[in-house]
Amino acid sequence: MLDQTEGYVTEDGRQIGGVVMEMKNITLRFGGVVAIKDISFDIREGEIRAIIGPNGAGKSSMLNVISGFYIPQEGEVWFRGSKRPPTRPYEVAQQGIARTFQNIALFEGMSVLDNVMTGRLTQMKSSIFHQALWRGKAEAEETANREIAEKIIDFLEIQHIRKTPVARLPYGLKKRVELARALAAEPKLLLLDEPMAGMNVEEKEDMCRFILDVNDEFGTTIALIEHDMGVVMDLSDRVVVMDYGKKIGDGTPDEVRANQEVIDAYLGVSHD
Amino acid sequence: MFYREAGDFHTSYPSDNQTFPIRLDRYRYYAVLAVAFGVIPFLINDYWANAILLPFLIYSIAAIGLNILVGYCGQVSLGTGGFMAVGAYACYKFMTGLDIWLPTGPEGEYVRYALPEINIFFSVLLAGVVTAAVTVLFGLPSLRIKGFYLAVATLAAQFFLVWMFNRVAWFYNYSASGQINAPERGFLGIPVTGPATEAWATYLFCLIFTVGAAILARNLTRGTIGRTWMAIRDMDIAAEIIGVNPMRAKLTAFAVSGFLVGVSGALFFAVYLGAVEVGEVFGITKSFLVLFMIIIGGLGSIFGSFAGAAFLVLLPVFLKLLGVDLLGFPTDIVAHMQLIIVGALIVIFLIMEPHGLAQLWRVAKEKLRLWPFPH
Repeated sequence: MLDQTEGYVTEDGRQIGGVVMEMKNITLRFGGVVAIKDISFDIREGEIRAIIGPNGAGKSSMLNVISGFYIPQEGEVWFRGSKRPPTRPYEVAQQGIARTFQNIALFEGMSVLDNVMTGRLTQMKSSIFHQALWRGKAEAEETANREIAEKIIDFLEIQHIRKTPVARLPYGLKKRVELARALAAEPKLLLLDEPMAGMNVEEKEDMCRFILDVNDEFGTTIALIEHDMGVVMDLSDRVVVMDYGKKIGDGTPDEVRANQEVIDAYLGVSHD
Repeated sequence: MFYREAGDFHTSYPSDNQTFPIRLDRYRYYAVLAVAFGVIPFLINDYWANAILLPFLIYSIAAIGLNILVGYCGQVSLGTGGFMAVGAYACYKFMTGLDIWLPTGPEGEYVRYALPEINIFFSVLLAGVVTAAVTVLFGLPSLRIKGFYLAVATLAAQFFLVWMFNRVAWFYNYSASGQINAPERGFLGIPVTGPATEAWATYLFCLIFTVGAAILARNLTRGTIGRTWMAIRDMDIAAEIIGVNPMRAKLTAFAVSGFLVGVSGALFFAVYLGAVEVGEVFGITKSFLVLFMIIIGGLGSIFGSFAGAAFLVLLPVFLKLLGVDLLGFPTDIVAHMQLIIVGALIVIFLIMEPHGLAQLWRVAKEKLRLWPFPH
């Protein structure tokens, strides 16, 4: 069984719970290239966990393993106390893992509202016949889920663009809509792949605030990849550092910052 | 000015989710329905029914069906003609009594066992169900291939189905001509197929199916299923990551599309033409015709399906009126000119407005909201 120890208390006094997701000795290869090499780490309930590392370190591959795009050749993925068999991405979503993408992956032809409502899909159960008639269960379900979607739209302050087609929105807002879509699923674990990439300082501050609020308000466990060190060190409770597919550091931001290997990886070191 | 939405507030999500959230739109929709059901049946004559209204109604159903597949779910299909043929032949078999031949005679001869003949209304619906199943079967490659390659796979369906209906005599009840002919059948005691039909009866019969198809399509596309289709169309990877089962989404789109196309094929044969030679009526040109309708009308729009069907049904009629009756050209020249003009218009249209008539309509509404004041 998993180590279900008590958890810990963060610097700002939040109680972190037991292990939600545990990666055990994950190895992922593409032909001869080893993208991830024997990495283990855990994500605990209610924490903000960052994965950092230089370009090509294997961070995004790691996220893809968690969300089911890649099946690792070796190692085990444990989610909420049970080992996960090789799973299709949509089944992972049904288990309660939502994510955003590094390059925005919104449904461009649909309105913001429809995008967010799509995030509610895993909760929508009415049959195609009910929907065709738009009576009874289908309509009730649509209304109930719309209410939840509207709450998230409110929360992320995108009410004014609710009915705008996504293709017309600027980059920063698109990122926010993508977060809204992921949140609409009410995930148990939220994966964010570079949520601040390509943003200016103000947009970054907004996004940081939203991430903290989400964690605070809904108690959502968050794992994120980010390049902005300031952001990472501020936001996260614990950090995993990867380099060339290997884990070179794991701990609180302060511990990681003091880790010689991490410093070497980021600043470079002569190898002779 | 003309198009008012000021003062039109919604205080509940169901009211915001309506098909026509703007009051003016809603009233216009009721008015159109009232005219279609209450006025046109009294004015209609054979020319209007056969040249304009029946083809418009029937092609609209096919266009809505194809639009669900291509416009909403993003799966290209060139098999519409073949699938309409499935609807036509299924309807024929149901209305004449679906039969099987079994070797149960005294000396092992084949004896015909047949279901009772099914009412034409239910025959059409059942034809839709059969077509849905066949379409899903030919939609299976979509789980592996996309875009042009899928189009080619559905093209195979088109040729295979037409070949099959030509070759297998069971489908045309072993008739000597190889054609299928709709016998006289009535709905609620009023004949709607066969030679002795009244224009208003066939018109109303088709209208019921068209309105039903539009409501069905609209309800499906504004709800959960519609969002899964559009998600697959816009970005299939992201769709999968938020919990869309791609196989389910694609195959339901094929099924619903196939159902509507099958219904339209059944009506096209039984009510509109009355007799069908499959290679001529449901050939590849039919597939392209319906595809042009939704491209010109607007992909991903129910209104666009109607607009596209109306455009391609009315254009030849209009050109004939203009050329033969007004300008006095010989009929054959006008017929050839028609092909050229229709082709040129399609090209011009696609360059000027790639999103189709539905987009023009949206832009016009946008303008009419403000007219005559620019801001």
